[in-house]
Amino acid sequence: MTRTRRRLLLVGLCGLGLATATALTLNALNSNLVFFLTPSQLASKAPPPGHTFRLGGLVAPGSVVHSEVDGKPLVRFAVTDGTATVKASFGGVLPDLFREGQGVVALGAMSPNGSFHATQVLAKHDETYMPKSVEEALKKKGLWNPNDGPPPPASTWNTLATKAPMKGG
Amino acid sequence: MDAISATPAVPGRSLFRLANPGRFMRLSGRVLPVLIALGLGFTAVGLVWGMFFSPADWQQGDAVRIMYVHVPAAWVSSAGYVGLAACSAISLIWRHPLADLAAVEIGPVGAGATAICLITGSLWGEPMWGTWWVWDARLTSVLVLFFLYLGHMALVRAFDEPERGYRAGAILALIGAVDLPIIKFSVDWWNTLHQPDTITVTGAPTMYVGMLWPLLFAALGFSFGFGAIVTARLRAAVMERRLRGLLLARAEESLAS
Repeated sequence: MTRTRRRLLLVGLCGLGLATATALTLNALNSNLVFFLTPSQLASKAPPPGHTFRLGGLVAPGSVVHSEVDGKPLVRFAVTDGTATVKASFGGVLPDLFREGQGVVALGAMSPNGSFHATQVLAKHDETYMPKSVEEALKKKGLWNPNDGPPPPASTWNTLATKAPMKGG
Repeated sequence: MDAISATPAVPGRSLFRLANPGRFMRLSGRVLPVLIALGLGFTAVGLVWGMFFSPADWQQGDAVRIMYVHVPAAWVSSAGYVGLAACSAISLIWRHPLADLAAVEIGPVGAGATAICLITGSLWGEPMWGTWWVWDARLTSVLVLFFLYLGHMALVRAFDEPERGYRAGAILALIGAVDLPIIKFSVDWWNTLHQPDTITVTGAPTMYVGMLWPLLFAALGFSFGFGAIVTARLRAAVMERRLRGLLLARAEESLAS
């Protein structure tokens, strides 16, 4: 066995060991690496009231109610992941992308009445990118209502021809 | 000598052919102008197309145009690290002097690309997500990549004897390579604020074709540009080493006479 072969074997074995160790560590850490809890995770194992955590999911269609309490804006909405839904409230400035059907990640805690009180709301947009004209065309054809959730399969619209000018505003 | 003649492995043989600095300088001198032209050309077309002639996103508006810089920078920063890890493996196993120099020269360029990715991502996150930064798995793993580049840059320069720096840096770069699959799959394995990949191997890209083309052009431009900068730096490093050797020889000559 030449020196080169020996070094190749050594580097290969070290790499294999490292990859295995990393895979095992990541697997063990899996439950602790979550950035947010989904409503169904919350339903099975809810943190105690007052304990701060992040809640993530889609803003349930038809659930957003803007109101004013003591002269301050307060928005009530529900966060859903399709199987479970949690009521939430927030008294601050919402990101521009906040709307029904949009993904959100909210930082806050459960209040004793079982609803989630957020101190910060972040919008989580999805991985689809389309011009306004395509979105309107899909809406007009009844193929997609953005408030109801994610768009139809990409292959049905990503080369869709629209009459609207291509130049963005 | 013995190790060379006794290693019939194909990568070893072709690598040792390139190890000849004269041959590398001749070949890279011909390739470099092409890389520069392709890098500048594709980047210019991709960015102008993306900034002015591609449609705005239906919900993100014009903010989506940050993508034409952010995504190519992200791809190039990861691909650059693959290059760094490959050079490190070649340097450790075959003791290839050109791979040592290439690893040293890839470091700062990769760190720059990662910095562009992080900064543009932050500028994009503020108006869209509502925050400059979150500690989710994708953002954190890319920050780790940035620190790996910086650590490699510092380590290869930390020794009086350059050979030791190359060895230590190569080991760090290879260990750090575990971050690459973590970056790639972070958005699938864990809940993150960052959205999953738009362009995947298995499915149709969830992006309108009028936005996809400028993005691909910009990504090609960034890749060629990355290659051009690394090649230019590598040529400078080879020449610097040659010059140092000449000066050293002359100094010894004048001492002897």
